[in-house]
Amino acid sequence: MSRNAQNDHLTRLEQTSIHIFREAFANFRSVCMPWSMGKDSNVLIWLARKAFCGKIPFPLLHIDTTYEFPEMYEFREKAKEIHGIDLIVRINEDAIRRGIGYATHDPVTVTHELKTVPLKAAIDEFKWDALVTGIRRDEDPTRAKERWFSPRSAEGVWDYKDQPPEFWGQFASTAPEGGHVRVQPLLEWTELDIWEYIRREKIPNPTLYFARNGKRFRSLGCHPITHPVDSPASNIDEVIEELKLTRVSERAGRAQDHVGRNSMQALRAKGFM
Amino acid sequence: MSQTSNISSVQKTAQPDIEDMRKMHVVVVGHVDHGKSTFVGRLLHDTDSLPNGKLEQVRKNCAAEGMEFEYAFLLDALLEEQEQNITIDTTRIFFRTTKRAYAIIDAPGHKEFLKNMVTGAASASAALLLIDANEGVMDQSRRHAFLLSLLGVKQLVVLVNKMDLIKHDQSTYEKIKVEYTAFLKSLGLTAVHFIPIAAKHGENVVQRSDKMSWWKGPTVAEALDNFNHEDDLTGLPLRMPVSDIYRFDHRRIIAGRVEAGAIRPGDELIFQPGGRRSTVRTFEDWPGPSREVAGTGDSANFSLSEQIFVERGQVAAHPNQQPRVGREFRARIFWLGKEPLQQNKTYRLRLLTQNVEAVIAKIEKITDASSLESIEASTVPRDTICEVIVRATRPIAFDLHSECAITGRFAIEDKGRINGGGIILDSITEKASGEGKVTAAERTARAGHSPAVIWFTGLSGSGKSTIAELVERRLFDAGKKVFRVDGDDLRTALNRDLGFSAADRAESVRRASAVAGLFANAGHIALVTLIAPLAADRAKARAALANHAFIEVFVDAPLEVCESRDVKGLYAKARRGEIPEFTGISSPYEAPEAPEVHIRTDKLSTTQAVDLVINALDKILESKAEDWEV
Ligand SMILES: Nc1nc2c(ncn2[C@@H]2O[C@H](COP(=O)(O)OP(=O)(O)O)[C@@H](O)[C@H]2O)c(=O)[nH]1
Ligand SMILES: [Mg+2]
Repeated sequence: MSRNAQNDHLTRLEQTSIHIFREAFANFRSVCMPWSMGKDSNVLIWLARKAFCGKIPFPLLHIDTTYEFPEMYEFREKAKEIHGIDLIVRINEDAIRRGIGYATHDPVTVTHELKTVPLKAAIDEFKWDALVTGIRRDEDPTRAKERWFSPRSAEGVWDYKDQPPEFWGQFASTAPEGGHVRVQPLLEWTELDIWEYIRREKIPNPTLYFARNGKRFRSLGCHPITHPVDSPASNIDEVIEELKLTRVSERAGRAQDHVGRNSMQALRAKGFM
Repeated sequence: MSQTSNISSVQKTAQPDIEDMRKMHVVVVGHVDHGKSTFVGRLLHDTDSLPNGKLEQVRKNCAAEGMEFEYAFLLDALLEEQEQNITIDTTRIFFRTTKRAYAIIDAPGHKEFLKNMVTGAASASAALLLIDANEGVMDQSRRHAFLLSLLGVKQLVVLVNKMDLIKHDQSTYEKIKVEYTAFLKSLGLTAVHFIPIAAKHGENVVQRSDKMSWWKGPTVAEALDNFNHEDDLTGLPLRMPVSDIYRFDHRRIIAGRVEAGAIRPGDELIFQPGGRRSTVRTFEDWPGPSREVAGTGDSANFSLSEQIFVERGQVAAHPNQQPRVGREFRARIFWLGKEPLQQNKTYRLRLLTQNVEAVIAKIEKITDASSLESIEASTVPRDTICEVIVRATRPIAFDLHSECAITGRFAIEDKGRINGGGIILDSITEKASGEGKVTAAERTARAGHSPAVIWFTGLSGSGKSTIAELVERRLFDAGKKVFRVDGDDLRTALNRDLGFSAADRAESVRRASAVAGLFANAGHIALVTLIAPLAADRAKARAALANHAFIEVFVDAPLEVCESRDVKGLYAKARRGEIPEFTGISSPYEAPEAPEVHIRTDKLSTTQAVDLVINALDKILESKAEDWEV
């Protein structure tokens, strides 16, 4: 292979992520991949299809907060079709009955109730021992400390003070009693890498990422707490050019990260992605 | 503050296109409080790599909590880290210079978190090691260097930090340089530079300090850009450990990462241990077209021209450049476990995708990683280095670390947790001769596995022989000693004198168990296929073979199914009354109540059935493997 193809940084990232997928599938009894329909998640699907020669051999899970943008539901159905996805959808109906929502509650509570709680319930229901997630180290300082394979206790807790060592391609390959392991193939990717890869591979994505009337979304979450950023970037090339120059952090538009000092740490220790 | 002169490439604002976007991994190590996190925070700040408002936000948080601002807080994001002013776990930060992209890994310096330092350093191609000029070379300054040498991080720059505290005195700097150079030399390491810096004030980090005009060497930023990416291993002999075999559709695809060398369609491959050969047919890439070569670091997936038995853990190589295959080697290990490493204890040895049980057969030497002095102890305490003999319970494929580092190193797992790592120094060929009678243990060692008896019982036509033959093939191809004792074969020779009365059936079971016992004594896995319809007879066989691993496999299919298969035409004859006392028709079959394996051949594929038997065997052999000492 020519120097460029072999040493191309996107190819290196891709090949490493595929390896992580395969190690997860070989080591764990029952794997599931939560899918947010966002760009990182969609890259994960693509990588999983490459890892398993076209068809993903485990189910995907959409934790529906009921606050997704309408376009995301449309995208979900379309993508399901394109990728041949075996999709499980879960909603925390009980929390919704109890009236938990953005109109009345703070974002940390809602995120916990509508995302973390139903995720945990689904894990208990299906007894998955590995969850593949699309988190990246450049998103948040606590994510910068993550491992490729990160064990979570039965309560979903991340023991960030005592993480297992990880070296020479050896990872935590057994889930703690009653718990599971988070497998994180995108840790080493940056937001820019993600977009360059999406462009190179032509991976389908929601159009909310592209500017309409001078605003676009860089990161997608629940609509009441996700704010667009000012941007003229209306197509993928422009997004990539913008990212090469920007100094605004990616999750600046995600309210639950910024409620108090270390609110992400608190959320994540309790089982948030 | 220093004044700007000679600014490195890092200083410029973000550039649209840079030469090399592959991330260069650089780990920052050294004793606790010598300024690692401060340095990384300062590097990010001085290279304009922080997101807008980040610095202001951290300053504001500090003011609100009445804490003094530290650049380290940009990295030490955990609450506990900020409160105790200490790094607990490795942080990786990505940033770019005009030359290339970096992942800077801030490792903890506290003794308590050595495992996290190892995690950070193991993935790095280069290291920056900080030494506090005021405090000098300390415990972890030395320990970290020792670990770098074991982890194979060869490019090293030492940063003599906090020069402001010693009034930028050159002679103190020189003293540290001399002392530490000698230490590095004893480990076989050399530092490219010793750069005097004051991280807190950004002196010689990105900007050159005018307070140390005696320093003519590079700033840290310049030194970073001079590191090289790790050597390309594509020219080395091929090593591809098998991750998995995929059979999602009609294709059978071998998946694995090429750790060294390259694979092309048409290559003949040998899979070790086991030694089966086949040829690469084609890569099976989605969405296609398939690639023409898989080089080092690529996750390959290909089909073979001739179907052979391949399993996870085997290493694919070219036949003229094979890895070593053996059970025993000498290794240098760093031990991170809370409980000490013990001689004669069984651990799991993980070498790429191989995962086997292994015993620490002998602890030869324990070294304090800081003083480099030998420690007198019978067990290896946490955070020390030792030389040991490792004996795996079955053969593994490996290289010496000096020949091919990536297949010459391994991790040690204890109770599901990775607690140490080691590099292979020498392989040890197994003893060729012993004294006196040949013992069962010696036979076991020679075979590479314990003997066992697998007894397939079930109706005629239930599939006993079919499955036993496939199991035999699998085991044989995996290098196991295996032999099939078939009921029909026994009938024509050894049991010629027996009929089908209850007494004769009992005798036939007894003889089959005696024959199986002989094969097991000879070190084989004996596969018995015999209807053995009566529970009492089977119980006697089990008891007679009590000193061997014993697996009863109930090969089960409803009578109608067996009858409809009627491979040998026996059911038809029995129905016509031509065969008296035919099991299932005119003679009873007592189904086993608690067989080790129960296979419904009308519901499972033969592959699934074989998997069940092999899994049960693996489990029982693994539990036996502990009594393997020769
Ligand atoms: N005077 C001075 N203090 C420094 C310098 N670099 C770091 N420090 C201080 O040393 C202490 C420990 O720094 P930190 O970065 O947390 O050390 P680490 O444990 O190696 O990460 C902090 O209080 C820093 O402010 C320096 O160049 N000069
Ligand atoms: Mg630190």
